[in-house]
Amino acid sequence: MKSTIRIGCGAGFSGDRLEPALLLAEKGNLDYLVLECLAERTIALANQRKMQDPRKGYDLLLERRMESLLPLLAQNKVRLITNMGAANPVEGARKVMEIAQKLGLKVKVAAVSGDDLFSHLPSGGFNFDHFQIIDEDLPLVRNPVSPIRNQQVISANAYLGTEGILEALNQGADIVITGRVADPSLFLAPMMYAFGWASDNFDLMGKGTIIGHLLECAGQVTGGYFADNYKKTVPGLASLGHPIAEIAADGTSVISKVDGTGGIINLQTVKEQLLYEVLNPHEYITPDVVADFTSVRLQQTGENRVSVSGGSGKTRPANYKASVGYKAFFLGEGEISYAGHHALARAELAGSIVQERLKNIFSELRIDYIGLSSAHHTTFGAVPEPNEIRLRVAAKGETREQAALVGEEVEALYTNGPAGGGGARKFVSEIIGIVSVLVDRNTFHPSVQIFES
Amino acid sequence: MKKLYEMAHSRAGDKGNISTLSLIPFDETDYETLCQKVTAEKVKEHLKDIVSGEIIRYELPNISALLFVCHNALLGGVTTSLGMDTHGKSLSFALLEMEV
Repeated sequence: MKSTIRIGCGAGFSGDRLEPALLLAEKGNLDYLVLECLAERTIALANQRKMQDPRKGYDLLLERRMESLLPLLAQNKVRLITNMGAANPVEGARKVMEIAQKLGLKVKVAAVSGDDLFSHLPSGGFNFDHFQIIDEDLPLVRNPVSPIRNQQVISANAYLGTEGILEALNQGADIVITGRVADPSLFLAPMMYAFGWASDNFDLMGKGTIIGHLLECAGQVTGGYFADNYKKTVPGLASLGHPIAEIAADGTSVISKVDGTGGIINLQTVKEQLLYEVLNPHEYITPDVVADFTSVRLQQTGENRVSVSGGSGKTRPANYKASVGYKAFFLGEGEISYAGHHALARAELAGSIVQERLKNIFSELRIDYIGLSSAHHTTFGAVPEPNEIRLRVAAKGETREQAALVGEEVEALYTNGPAGGGGARKFVSEIIGIVSVLVDRNTFHPSVQIFES
Repeated sequence: MKKLYEMAHSRAGDKGNISTLSLIPFDETDYETLCQKVTAEKVKEHLKDIVSGEIIRYELPNISALLFVCHNALLGGVTTSLGMDTHGKSLSFALLEMEV
């Protein structure tokens, strides 16, 4: 058994950059590379592609990523774990095999499936009444005015834990392609495999989950999403390197990156990422464990090196969380800019005109002043008036045609609104909403399918 | 009076209609000061135009940091909000505008 393992994270979201992953595979001296590519909504969109073509539904960038990564992974004996299988891990694995054969590489690929709730449903399909909804703050589901109808549901996937990945590694897979798995589980599974950690050793499950949480957003722990150009400066952000954790069998680790890459790893970057998206630091819930972040210790041990120790866990939840994707509405948007004297006053006049013209069509119309208050909905007191303001109007349409009316009325401000409006743009997009529900974990049994070239 | 951004940094996260805002002093010896001055009530008042629900503050003395979990903060939720910044990614800098 190795005394330490090195896990790199080369992607923290579906659209992440490829170059840092290539550098990790080439120079990271890694045992495992993880690519986390599945946001809440990504799998619902992937499921729609699968409905149209049963051979599709895996990550749109899978081919491009694998074509350049596979040779480096094979050469340096790095095993890959990724959720790029999205709604169709089996077809994703087949695609990887196809690429490997084209490149003349011998690999063993595993597809980890079993997260799709649809396959466990009785006839009649999905019914919200059968599930407990987690997001109490979401106004939509039980809303008597416009409830989400069960027919609008297009996907439902449970967040699985480490089991399927662990089995794939035990079967000797070089490449593990999963569907929906909790992000930290992608990292915890290889730790359990390498060190023989038992799944009911909740202290180690907690420690490993904390390491996974620090890595899962890739560049967000190495200086990405951190620089403020004021007190927090980051060198070489354009060539930002992605993180590596060197993990010992006792669950302690050191976070680092490839020498010569840009970015910074210090107590500040690690603290920001440790608390990122945490709802309760005493109880961070994954399928594997309820982890406790309040005993984590961090120490800067060198340039771009932070050691992580402590942290713990207790028990594992009886239920899995599942994300239910549904067709919510068509978003209609229109934008137009005003600049120079009285720019804000002209933008406000334009906004009130559009509101007047659309008031009988949309019950809720959102008017934003980009450059003033569109992101924070406030300016925190008086601020100097900007030289430019961009008006943005948005509303929810029941049909694409209805949503388009928003942009059409904004564009019509050219000849039917205030002076000097320019650069009008209009957009319509179909919006997929997500609701989280609890599902009995005993319903789900991950299945592992192996492909060999 | 100075703004929080002079002494601390923050990152925003999201889950459904909840925004999570960390608050981390540049100098760890300022942690106690932040605990005293940046209470959940004061943050609720500062973010009154943004957060319409409850704000819970967690203290993490182990890493000298605070975490504010803000309910009803994302105009109905990440996936169905009509806002510009649907995830509330920019809200960390709204918190840092607070005067202490």
